[in-house]
Amino acid sequence: MAEVKFEEAMKKLEKIVEDLENGELSLDEALKKYQEGIELSRLANQKLESAKKKIDLLVKNKKGEFELRPFQEGDEKED
Amino acid sequence: MQTRQVYKVSEVTRDIKLLLENTFGQIWVEGEISNFKAHPSGHFYFSLKDENAILAGVMFARANKDLKFKLEDGQKVICFGDIGVYEPRGQYQLVIEKIQPQGVGSLQLALEQLKLKLEKEGLFDPGRKRQIPYLPRNIGLVTSSAGAALKDILKVLERRFKDTHIILNPVRVQGQGAKEEIAQAIEGLNLFNQQARPQDRIEVMIVGRGGGSIEDLWAFNEEVVARAIYNSVIPVISAVGHERDWTIADLVADLRAATPSAAAELVIPRKEDLSQRLDELTERLVNAFLEMAAGCKENMENLIRRLSLGAAHIRELNSNGLISLLNKLNLLNPAALIPRYQEKVLGLAKQIYVQTEHFLKIQQAEFLKFSSRLSDLNPLNILNRGYSVTFSQDGTVIKEASSIRPGTMIQTKVHKGEIFSKVTEVKQDG
Repeated sequence: MAEVKFEEAMKKLEKIVEDLENGELSLDEALKKYQEGIELSRLANQKLESAKKKIDLLVKNKKGEFELRPFQEGDEKED
Repeated sequence: MQTRQVYKVSEVTRDIKLLLENTFGQIWVEGEISNFKAHPSGHFYFSLKDENAILAGVMFARANKDLKFKLEDGQKVICFGDIGVYEPRGQYQLVIEKIQPQGVGSLQLALEQLKLKLEKEGLFDPGRKRQIPYLPRNIGLVTSSAGAALKDILKVLERRFKDTHIILNPVRVQGQGAKEEIAQAIEGLNLFNQQARPQDRIEVMIVGRGGGSIEDLWAFNEEVVARAIYNSVIPVISAVGHERDWTIADLVADLRAATPSAAAELVIPRKEDLSQRLDELTERLVNAFLEMAAGCKENMENLIRRLSLGAAHIRELNSNGLISLLNKLNLLNPAALIPRYQEKVLGLAKQIYVQTEHFLKIQQAEFLKFSSRLSDLNPLNILNRGYSVTFSQDGTVIKEASSIRPGTMIQTKVHKGEIFSKVTEVKQDG
């Protein structure tokens, strides 16, 4: 679950909340969903707090393929 | 009589040429364009006229290549150039260096012309505008890597949701070549998407620059940029820092933001908003579960109540029995024992180790002592020192003289070799 993105976690969480609110689950299923939901909420919160912005430059390599290269603030070239 | 001067045609033409060119030099002329022709060589030929006269004009490709607007018949213009004479035709004409529309500025006119053209083609069609995705993971950016737009967008990102990936395709946003670079960069981001994994694909792009004069922003009024935005598969937000006027890029884009910061704010949500939404969802999750649990609990309580009505004392007995069983079980809980045993095993292991080492040390010392004694006892070593050993005929070592009778044969082993002898006399000690 390490790679779960914020919006994915939110979407999954939304789905779980809806399922639970529909009230058609067995207690066992509900408990499982609830635990999963709490974990997603925790993850999303973590993402929200700890996420780091990422800026890449789109460059073409020698083979003419696109590549992303990390963009360092301050290494701008003058235009 | 006055001598009659006869000129050749070329002579008089040259004189006229000199006269005209020296008289007028460079001049401004206003008039209306008529009979406009763009020659395949790139030169423009047309006439300037007013109510009473007409003046031939030519604008060579070298002069007209940077012209912003399209020349058309009927346009009122002001031209700057030299009066020249084209000798092969004997024609005088205005060789135009600069031309500007009368009334509106030339840029403005060009803009209006292009706007009209693109509008007819449907590039500004509101029905074509696409939805800007909510919470895009990857955001493309076409702007200068050194410009204010990038700095502003990064600043917005700083106080907003940071789990956002910006892919910058850097361009020059003004000056020679800017329009082509911008168009290519928009195309480049689209091409990147074609080869990217689904999760890396750019969902929306911001195309723009920080504020500047109308001339600085001109690249965003160019047709090539407009077409690139129109052809982009990725939805485009235009962000040309100029609150008042809309550029053509703004008209074609799926969404127009007045500034780069505003564009970033449109796609990157505020952290607090997300946080609030997450809190709401979490609260709903807990409530839904609690409600469900409460329902179950109620059911259970009902069952228990019904049970207890009929068999209160049995229940009591049972619960007493249960409690004592539980207590016992708790005491025997293997989980509680594990750490204790673990400690014990570790202690034992340590002891074994210490003792084994000690034992080995003793054994080693004993062994050393023993082996030196063994060496002392080696019979060969004794013989070496001049001692001998004697065996009776049956091969036993003779330790007492009394065991041998005179006349029998004995065998003596010395350091080197053996001696066989016959006993002549036996003498006993003591």
